[in-house]
Amino acid sequence: MTDDTGTQTAAALTISKSGLWTNNVALVQLLGLCPLLAVTGTIINGLGLGIATLITLVLSNSIVSLTRPWLKAEIRIPVFVLIIASIVTTIELIMNAWFHELYLILGIFIPLIVTNCSIIARAEAFASKNNLVDSALDGFMMGLGFTLVLVVLGGMRELIGFGTLFANAQLMFGSFGESMTISFSDSYPGFLLAVLPPGAFIGLGLLIALKNVIDKQQKAKQAIVIPDATPAVG
Amino acid sequence: MLFKQTPSPHIKQNISVHDMMFKVLYALIPGALASMYFFGWGVLFNFIIAISVCLSAEAIILKLRHRDVYATLMDGSALLTACLLALALPSLAPWWLTVIASLSAIAVAKHLYGGLGFNPFNPAMVGYIVVMISFPLEMTLWSAPLGVNDGWPDFSTSFNWVFLGTLPFAETIDSISMATPIDLIKTQLSQLHDITETRNNIKYSALFSNISGTGWQWVNLLFLAGGIWLVKKGVADWRIPTAFLISLVLIANLFSVVDYANNSSALFHAFSGGTMLCAFFIATDPVTASTTPRGRWIYGAGIGVLVYIIRSWGGYPDGIAFAVVLMNIAAPLIDYYTQPKVYGDPNK
Repeated sequence: MTDDTGTQTAAALTISKSGLWTNNVALVQLLGLCPLLAVTGTIINGLGLGIATLITLVLSNSIVSLTRPWLKAEIRIPVFVLIIASIVTTIELIMNAWFHELYLILGIFIPLIVTNCSIIARAEAFASKNNLVDSALDGFMMGLGFTLVLVVLGGMRELIGFGTLFANAQLMFGSFGESMTISFSDSYPGFLLAVLPPGAFIGLGLLIALKNVIDKQQKAKQAIVIPDATPAVG
Repeated sequence: MLFKQTPSPHIKQNISVHDMMFKVLYALIPGALASMYFFGWGVLFNFIIAISVCLSAEAIILKLRHRDVYATLMDGSALLTACLLALALPSLAPWWLTVIASLSAIAVAKHLYGGLGFNPFNPAMVGYIVVMISFPLEMTLWSAPLGVNDGWPDFSTSFNWVFLGTLPFAETIDSISMATPIDLIKTQLSQLHDITETRNNIKYSALFSNISGTGWQWVNLLFLAGGIWLVKKGVADWRIPTAFLISLVLIANLFSVVDYANNSSALFHAFSGGTMLCAFFIATDPVTASTTPRGRWIYGAGIGVLVYIIRSWGGYPDGIAFAVVLMNIAAPLIDYYTQPKVYGDPNK
């Protein structure tokens, strides 16, 4: 029994680590780049789209996992698309109702979550082969990893491009959000390149490079630890 | 008797990167001096800032990449990038503008792609484009050339503006800066003045003294002279500047003959803005340009057409940088389709 919970925790940890870092949707799989590059002009835009994608991922993974017993392999892809499309439509309507201004800013990229390949990729590669809990966790972690990249990239571009952070936070957090906006300088001339599409490509490139550097350093560290340990045993 | 046999090539041209870069730098000197003479202290400040930032950025990155810092610094490629940037940026550019342009050129356009010889885009032009896209307002800050209005501002005014962003009392940046001829013609035409009216308005104004603007024509002429020396020395290929100038002059002539009212003359295009600097010093960059003989004709002509298109219908005042970088992208494809036939190849 304890052993079983142990393996479960280990599996959950692997799923989480895979979603957040080793198999990150944006940094490693490079999926869903279109919304990633298009809406990360500010932190709030990135966060809005990230959360919408995260909810879609959790729901689609759960439902796909639950429909496993009845799914025929030949028609699974159209079924996945239908499930994802209905979830996205619901989310779009909800955002239109409660976060109308944010909805207007994100525009076409909310309905386009349907075509975000990371969602159908998770449905096909993970949810159609695993149980409900694991699938939901996988969706959550993948979505969280994607959202984090969106927020970091949005933050970089907003900071360099406009010299602010959390601008327009009231779109998401209501009146509380207005006090969240941090403006660093009133006379900042603005760095237009960071706001334009090339800024998104350059920013994402730098983030991927940073991740690779961190991975490399950790690998180097492990490589040093192992030879240290062997003589102690011998 | 046994003769020593070596594989080909048997005749080698002894020209190192160092020699080549410094010859290009020498050829830049007359035009650069003219630029300082006509546009004042700001050009000198551009040189100082661009050279110090480019060289230190190059040194730091070389150190990070574990390369030989001293040898690579001394090859003069970073120095040349800095000088091209200093000449291309407006004379009253604030210091941070030059710093951002230099860093983008050396760190992003050159070293992120693998350093000298691996960069697909001309570093100086990438640096120029980064600031052009990001700070269009600051990129118009050319001082009035010598002989127009009060000429360029004195040392302390220029120094305070460039490094501290302050101006003396009762001066605004608009009173010491002035639109370039290309810019002025563009705005006048966009306000539906035709070119005859524009010419009449500005013909007797000192800015358009003779052909293509006070200062500009001399700067361009001297770059042309330096460029011809460079071609004669065999450092720059003659095909690229020839193709570029012919295509620019032909297309400009065509349009000004067909519709004289709305297009400036071919002579104006050839001797204004950065035309000659581009023809001999930027487009001929051996790393980023096309390398086959036929490819060089296509490459140069392409830049000429693009420069004319961007100058006439584009949103930015001068199209040199965009045209060069666009053709840089096309250069590998041009090379692929213009490989010269090897001697003896039966496929004609």
